[in-house]
Amino acid sequence: MPARTSWIPYALIAPSVIFLGALFLVPLVQTIWLSFSAGDGFSLENYQRMAGDLNFSLAVRNTFLLTLVVVPLQVVLALAMATMVTKLDRGRDLALWVLTIPLGISDLAAGLAWLALLQNTGYLNSALYALGLIQGPVGWLSQETPWALFFAIVLAELWRATAIVLVILIAGLQLIPKEFSEAAEIFGAKPWTRFMRITLPLLKPSLQSALILRTVLAFEVFAVVYALGGRNFPVLAGEAYVWQNDNQNYGVAAAYAVLIMAISLAATAVYLRVLRTRPEQLP
Amino acid sequence: MTIQAAELPQTTKSRNMALPSARRLLLWTGLAVLLAWVLVPIYFVALGAFGGRLGVFRWPKTIWPTDLSLAAMTQFLAIEGVFNALVNSLIAAGLTVLFSVLLGAPAGYALARYSFRGQNAYRLLVLLTRAFPLAILALPLTVSFIRLGLYDTPFGVSLIHTVLALPFAALVTQSLFMGIPREYEEAAWVFGCTRFQAFMKVVLPLALPGLAATAIFAFVISWNEVFAASILTVRERTLTAYLLRILAESPLHYRFAGGFILIIPSVLFIFAVRRYLFAVWGIASK
Amino acid sequence: MADIVIDRVVKEFGTFRALQGVSLTVNDGEFVALLGPSGCGKTTLLRIIAGLETQTSGRVVIGGQDVSNLAPRKRGLAMVFQNYAVFPHMTVFENVAFGLRMQKAQQEEVKRKVERAAALLHIESYLDRYPAKLSGGQRQRVAVARALAVEPAVLLMDEPLSNLDALLRLEMRTELKAVLREAGTTTIYVTHDQTEAMGLADRIAVMYGGKIDQIGSPLEIYATPATRFVGGFIGSPPMNFIKVRCSQGMARIGDATLPCPATGKDMELGLRGEDASLAPNGSGIPFDIRVVEPMGSHLLLTGSIDGQPARIVAPPIAKVNAGERVGLTVDPARVTWIDSITGRAIARA
Repeated sequence: MPARTSWIPYALIAPSVIFLGALFLVPLVQTIWLSFSAGDGFSLENYQRMAGDLNFSLAVRNTFLLTLVVVPLQVVLALAMATMVTKLDRGRDLALWVLTIPLGISDLAAGLAWLALLQNTGYLNSALYALGLIQGPVGWLSQETPWALFFAIVLAELWRATAIVLVILIAGLQLIPKEFSEAAEIFGAKPWTRFMRITLPLLKPSLQSALILRTVLAFEVFAVVYALGGRNFPVLAGEAYVWQNDNQNYGVAAAYAVLIMAISLAATAVYLRVLRTRPEQLP
Repeated sequence: MTIQAAELPQTTKSRNMALPSARRLLLWTGLAVLLAWVLVPIYFVALGAFGGRLGVFRWPKTIWPTDLSLAAMTQFLAIEGVFNALVNSLIAAGLTVLFSVLLGAPAGYALARYSFRGQNAYRLLVLLTRAFPLAILALPLTVSFIRLGLYDTPFGVSLIHTVLALPFAALVTQSLFMGIPREYEEAAWVFGCTRFQAFMKVVLPLALPGLAATAIFAFVISWNEVFAASILTVRERTLTAYLLRILAESPLHYRFAGGFILIIPSVLFIFAVRRYLFAVWGIASK
Repeated sequence: MADIVIDRVVKEFGTFRALQGVSLTVNDGEFVALLGPSGCGKTTLLRIIAGLETQTSGRVVIGGQDVSNLAPRKRGLAMVFQNYAVFPHMTVFENVAFGLRMQKAQQEEVKRKVERAAALLHIESYLDRYPAKLSGGQRQRVAVARALAVEPAVLLMDEPLSNLDALLRLEMRTELKAVLREAGTTTIYVTHDQTEAMGLADRIAVMYGGKIDQIGSPLEIYATPATRFVGGFIGSPPMNFIKVRCSQGMARIGDATLPCPATGKDMELGLRGEDASLAPNGSGIPFDIRVVEPMGSHLLLTGSIDGQPARIVAPPIAKVNAGERVGLTVDPARVTWIDSITGRAIARA
């Protein structure tokens, strides 16, 4: 029944197009415009204010540091998890479910969970005390121990956000026919070689998707940091929140937003280039 | 020269097994560690929520539940604003489900069944929303929402959450509908159905499980979202926005109670639809 | 019951012409098979008749009514799909009743017709079951029952047996023939299997490259193919085509000669393996045997005539061996002469 009814697909996507147009494209343009305006007319004042703020360089440094540490760790961890899970036969579904539980957990809740572990009277300290390693509660999350705080945030993010990389990688692994590994094995390749030379290259498209998604999300990190460190560990999204809600300065907040967007786009472009796969190289 | 069976090397037998047993042990141990790593923090949140007021401040902590009480939970829920926040979260999440399915499923159907000019552009638009820090778009929307009277309402929050959930809904329903053979619809057309009737009688019943899973995931996305909800609400906060606000001020066990309420519905929901979500991400179940 | 007229139907997909102006008339109550290899356009044609595809130009007329622009549900047809398309979320009863329900038939009537169709297809015992619990063959019957239950003017079938295993296919074919004979419905049946077409159809339309090469009864198509393609597609083993030169009304192959209808042209002799018999004294058309396969009911001899590959059927007890040269006698009335250039058959001299 095609030709006569060729208006149907357009009618079906129209509502979502209108919706996304109004609530995504328009605000996107507005944010950019807002960041470049102060008083009346074009001005770079917001950006100047943003850059001149005490917390700005800290926020930039922290966000990048966090992303650069957390994302590679997550990829390695997710690869390890994925390889292990695919080797299971019984209990595979259960293991997979448990490992993907963090997907359903809000970043705020994740922050709270790790707070329980790491706060002064928390479980980590209790365990260390019980083992006799410390005399009394140690503050891991205080302002005096910025590296401990950083480490705590890394842990919490690792815990929370590896699942999404895991899911994408497992789906990608399943697309690789077993026969490739088996053929390599017959020709004498050891497990590590098989992994590096066959599995990993064939996993490139999934790695690309996972990295793009995860990195973009990493630059937006907010609630976990806020839960564990309050304002002791400034990050870009956190600063945007503060400028908007506490300082009521929409312009600077918008400048932060545009900065985050620009960084995300740049990162995406890098991934698309570096992890490019030619279609003829895929199974 | 024939080789006697007894002379055949024993190693051929062990090489035929998938993994030698030392490796197997390593695998199971590694997995056990990972599983514990995921579950332990959640366990502690639960302990914190149900461990009674003293339990939270006890030093040193024990890992076994002591002073189990619902007191913290009930007190938390009784705090002014908490129950309201819960209700707001539910409303926002419910509306998000409604909108993202109503907008996303038709789009998914269009992508699955038709090839039309601009379909790649549409798919790109949908994917693009994922490449941007979405929640940040809440900033300019604050102004628009104030003007439209949508500021500080669960409805306004649900609109932003729908932007988050819509791409997921569209792309997932696309593969959902592609999994239902076109022949079923064609048979329905031949035997007397209009396109709409065929969709309602044949496609929808078969798509229902997948649509339910999509709906649940949209719910979880909204329920968990923190940034936009915090920016767009002042008095009618959602649970996440509320918890964020009181993070600095409230007693610890209330925070844990709140965290627990945040975690449990999502975890349960994801458990309920896990098979479906895995299938949709492309992970085959054994 | 109705007749079907397909009038110069053309179908283009972009620049690709799937159907090149096909015309066909199916008489009321007739069973016509559309037979051809994949890609020949037979399924496209069927789907255009059903209304599932729209023709680029041309008309489809059913029972005197031009249905070319009507939606499928308004054409008075029923269809059996290749993968059965039996709805998994409905019981067998509801599946068979589907068309009737869409016609808003009363429950009484629905029950009666469903049970009748079920009886015809021997599926009464699983009316309450869901399709997932049925085998492929059983689901197939459900699909046919669903089509017959609405007592359609026209029945369309798209390779309904191709997903069944060989034995089941044979059983279903004979059952189908009996059932449809009783119902007397005008039927168009698409298949790539020539034995199916030969066994089931009143007339066969052999299609190739978007055109109908020949329409005729099974016997006509078998005995007097109109083109090289038809000759080679029908019959097992496939018809042999031996290139010969025809001069002065005679074609010479080895020491043997055959009267041929045209002179000086490049021609091919179309000879069926079963139409040649072993000459008692080694005279006749020379045939060098390469392989002898005992098939039980006959011997399949593969070899060459005049250096060109050929397959001959011999009686099961014939005393022949690989490597031998034997002579073949051929009845000139049973061979087909093909013009090498056009591929069309030439009338016999």
